[in-house]
Amino acid sequence: MSIKVTNLTKYYGDYLAVDNISFEAKKGEILGFLGPNGAGKSTTMKIITTYLPPTSGTVEVDGFDVEEKSLDVRKKLGYLPELNPLYYDMTPVEYLDFVAKLDGIPSNEIKKKREEMIKVCGLDSVRTKDIGTLSKGFKQRVGLAQAMINNPDVLILDEPTSGLDPNQIIEIRNLIKKLGKEKTVVLSTHILSEVTATCNRVIIINKGKIVADGTPEELQAKSKGQSLVTLEVKNNCDKNALSGAIKEIRSVNKVEFVKDNGDSFLFNIYGEHGTDLREVISNKVMQQKAMVLSMQTKQTSLEDIFRELTK
Amino acid sequence: MNTTNIKTIFSKELKSYFNSPVAYIVMIVFMVISGFLFTMSFFQINVASMREFFGSFFIQLVLFVVFIPAITMRSFSEEKKQGTLELLLTKPITDIELILGKYLSALTLIVITLAPTIFYFIVIKMIGPIPFWPFLTSLLGYILMSAFFIGIGIFVSSITENQIIAFIVAVLICLFFFLLGKLLVVFPPSMVSVFEYLTTDYHLSNISRGVIDSRVLVYYFSMIFFTLFLTKVSLESRKW
Repeated sequence: MSIKVTNLTKYYGDYLAVDNISFEAKKGEILGFLGPNGAGKSTTMKIITTYLPPTSGTVEVDGFDVEEKSLDVRKKLGYLPELNPLYYDMTPVEYLDFVAKLDGIPSNEIKKKREEMIKVCGLDSVRTKDIGTLSKGFKQRVGLAQAMINNPDVLILDEPTSGLDPNQIIEIRNLIKKLGKEKTVVLSTHILSEVTATCNRVIIINKGKIVADGTPEELQAKSKGQSLVTLEVKNNCDKNALSGAIKEIRSVNKVEFVKDNGDSFLFNIYGEHGTDLREVISNKVMQQKAMVLSMQTKQTSLEDIFRELTK
Repeated sequence: MNTTNIKTIFSKELKSYFNSPVAYIVMIVFMVISGFLFTMSFFQINVASMREFFGSFFIQLVLFVVFIPAITMRSFSEEKKQGTLELLLTKPITDIELILGKYLSALTLIVITLAPTIFYFIVIKMIGPIPFWPFLTSLLGYILMSAFFIGIGIFVSSITENQIIAFIVAVLICLFFFLLGKLLVVFPPSMVSVFEYLTTDYHLSNISRGVIDSRVLVYYFSMIFFTLFLTKVSLESRKW
């Protein structure tokens, strides 16, 4: 197991940031940490990377305990903190060489490694410019190059795509996916589409607790397993009779009157997962002599799950 | 302890001193002030000696109380502010290696700044007889004193992410140690000997006479050790 977190708890003074969480991650996994701001994502990452010690519980990276074998853990890690740590008076070349030396890469290999990272992260055009003058996207790429230069077994990325434009985001996601095949990648984000696009496993954290753990597909299946139809009918009918009639349909779980638009009524109808209720509903509406104005069906998305779990 | 890591930090720090105006300002201003005072004392007193020069209150005040805090104020505070401390502390390098790399680079900058005094010595030597040994011990005294105050500066820099606060607090602490010797007269005679040992003045004047007393070395080395130890504690305080 590349990362093994067991009953991890972290207090900042009296504030409980991480509350007794356990999970494991193995090689080939790209693990997405999802959660609202202040959920404990960054804290967990700071503990895995040995920057902060756990209050209780243990964390192991490649079998090394983060507290007792801190230096061994750090050799296995690549880490991009949330606040991208750059020296603005250095050029990307100087910065990467400095980081490579700290990582203990032998001096005759530093140049090769650095050039590799410059190529992979697309930094060639800015290689001799001061980092302070670079755009946010380039800065972020320098940060990623820094995290990967020692070819780490475990890559911890705290919001790796923040500040990038859509093209760069896709590039970086592809890069992470490629790396993820032979490494363990943990990335945190609050952008949901990022998780579906990049990760093959998701952990949702809220208020320091793990509230969901699984592949994006599993989470979708596990979520209440409902399909949703929004129905708009003309207001020339009895809305209570109509909702009662729809409720009689066998696969309908719940009918919710949303609002009165003046000339129309809006309903949310929840049904069992995977069923398409539109046909039966439209029959029922006609029986009630009402007029369908619009009807849409929707499967619950990761976003719904996220909102439900982190409310 | 891994000397390669210390060297990596050391050269990065030294480069950043010379990439910013700090190193040049300190070196040039010191050269101007010391050159001025040197020629003044040289022609006024008409004696082939550097005692007046090294004993100058003004030079000491500027060098120890202003320049050293100015050099060390960025040391850790800037790393904290930019988040780069998190980078350094999650790389395979120990806290002590990091502190020593930074400490030694600041000390090296001061040694480079003090180097022109050798030129003054050579000038006097050409004119009249001047003993080499007191010059060397005076210079050593300056370096030891700087080594202590750099320790103070680096420690203070590690407790705040604001450079200006780091500078001001370091100036105040350095000023305290520096002026303590001048204020000894206000203490009751029974306490003077205790305070005297704490003052940098006492040791600096001791060593300037050409005597390297083991008490002087013990004083400076224990003070340096203590400030570096405090810095390490301060870095570890993130874990509390």
